[in-house]
Amino acid sequence: MIRFEQVSKIYTGGQKALADVNFHLRRGEMAFLTGHSGAGKSTLLKLITVIERASAGKVYINGHDIANISRRHVPYLRREIGMIFQNHHLLMDRSVFDNVALPLVIEGFSHGEVKKRVAAALDMVGLYGKERHNPIMLSGGEQQRVGIARAIVNKPALLLADEPTGNLDPKLSMDILRLFETFNDAGTSVLIATHDLGLIARMKYRTLTLRQGRMLGAREIGEPLRRGE
Amino acid sequence: MREHGELTRSKLPISGQIVMFFIRHIQQGMASIGELWRNPVSSLMTMAVLGVSLSLPAALQVLVKNADTITQSWSDAAEISLFIEEGRNEQAVQSLVSRIKGYSEVAEVHYINKDEALAEFQQLSGFGEALSYLETNPLPAVVTVIPTDKYSSPDGAKMLLSKLEKEQDVNHGRLNIEWLERLQALIRLLERTVFAIAALLVLAVVLIIGNTIRLAIMNRRSEIEVMKLVGATEAFIQRPFLYTGIWYGIIGGILAWIIINLLVWYLDGAIADLLGLYDSSLEMASLSFTELLQLVFLASFLGWFGSYLSVRQHLRAIEPS
Repeated sequence: MIRFEQVSKIYTGGQKALADVNFHLRRGEMAFLTGHSGAGKSTLLKLITVIERASAGKVYINGHDIANISRRHVPYLRREIGMIFQNHHLLMDRSVFDNVALPLVIEGFSHGEVKKRVAAALDMVGLYGKERHNPIMLSGGEQQRVGIARAIVNKPALLLADEPTGNLDPKLSMDILRLFETFNDAGTSVLIATHDLGLIARMKYRTLTLRQGRMLGAREIGEPLRRGE
Repeated sequence: MREHGELTRSKLPISGQIVMFFIRHIQQGMASIGELWRNPVSSLMTMAVLGVSLSLPAALQVLVKNADTITQSWSDAAEISLFIEEGRNEQAVQSLVSRIKGYSEVAEVHYINKDEALAEFQQLSGFGEALSYLETNPLPAVVTVIPTDKYSSPDGAKMLLSKLEKEQDVNHGRLNIEWLERLQALIRLLERTVFAIAALLVLAVVLIIGNTIRLAIMNRRSEIEVMKLVGATEAFIQRPFLYTGIWYGIIGGILAWIIINLLVWYLDGAIADLLGLYDSSLEMASLSFTELLQLVFLASFLGWFGSYLSVRQHLRAIEPS
């Protein structure tokens, strides 16, 4: 689903964000991406969503070589990826329904179809019946779920989450992760960037660790965690 | 490239895509009116500025149009006066008159003999008393010649004049058309001025709309970022802004039309008085319905163009981070 081959990223100005990164997230796999802030997590996610492009190496998303995708085609690639952000990126002056419906409206679905799918997505994240609310009226956990509903409403092949539990207490964090597990069970590939190591330790998924722009050996289930990573 | 083909493929069937394309356009067009309605004061201010900016070139257009009709009606009044040599007898003059009547360029000929000329002068000038003290009649006999329509333009009438001056018994001729030439030159100058001012104001309209749209884009920066993140194409994101520009143009154009009609209504009485002094009874023309459509169409095009320039420049700069 995601394949990085010797990918490096140097920002203009000489800041080296990623160096020689190799990894492969298989179709239908769920994995964590960890590392200190500044280790290159954000850069890696930006390369996947084509907000930035690699300075060297190859990035494949869902079989597409990113280098071959022109600026004009980037939106179509992003429609195959559901993205979830720490700060939700919700439109605060629109209703929950409008927020979740946005990807469908962009895709051009009819109103009836949009209604059906939004209702289904909100049901999945446990917000059924809150369509008419404004995000501002919801709690932090609920806002995050609205973001998740928006990410999955278009049934993307890949879910990317950037610190999805950053502002939530452990119980809510666990709920959100369980939610990701259900999508993963349904066949969606999931990559979650987080520095919440306690959370990762409780789940049995592959962990990709970045340190100073380099990918450490992918840690398999059951391996002990070293402090400070 | 195969991958690109795969990427652009929508999840909808082609017929659905076409139908939804139009539905989206209508929805986004209507939504952009709603957006304007949400900030009625600032929207109205912008529209009023556009209306005033557009009304000036349009008003000048009205002025030129009316001036054209007036000069056209006056150019028919070109009249050549031929002054007869002193001491020519009646017979010679009559034969001159009949010769001139034979000209193909001439529509009408009137002969005013010395006595008639004096009587007319006394009556019109108000010097009646003074003239009666003169021993002899100082006024020459006059033949007035009215050219045919074809020769009543300044150039044509001039040609005819020089031809008539070559006739025997004619001392000199006078074509009272110089003021008309001056007027026409003035109108040409006016037309050019109108064009230059119109060009500047059109530029102003484009800049005003461009700037307004730029502010709208800045206000909705986070929304645009989110839309880009969830896969909206630039065409999709820019469409509401282009529609907003078009609406600004349409409403600005209609406002300009209203302003001009008020202006014409306000000036009409004064103009009628002025024209009355020149024995002319022309109605002041306003903008016709076709011209209203042209004005609104031009304005909406300017709105689209201004917002397109702005969108091109500023929408690209906004990238999710």
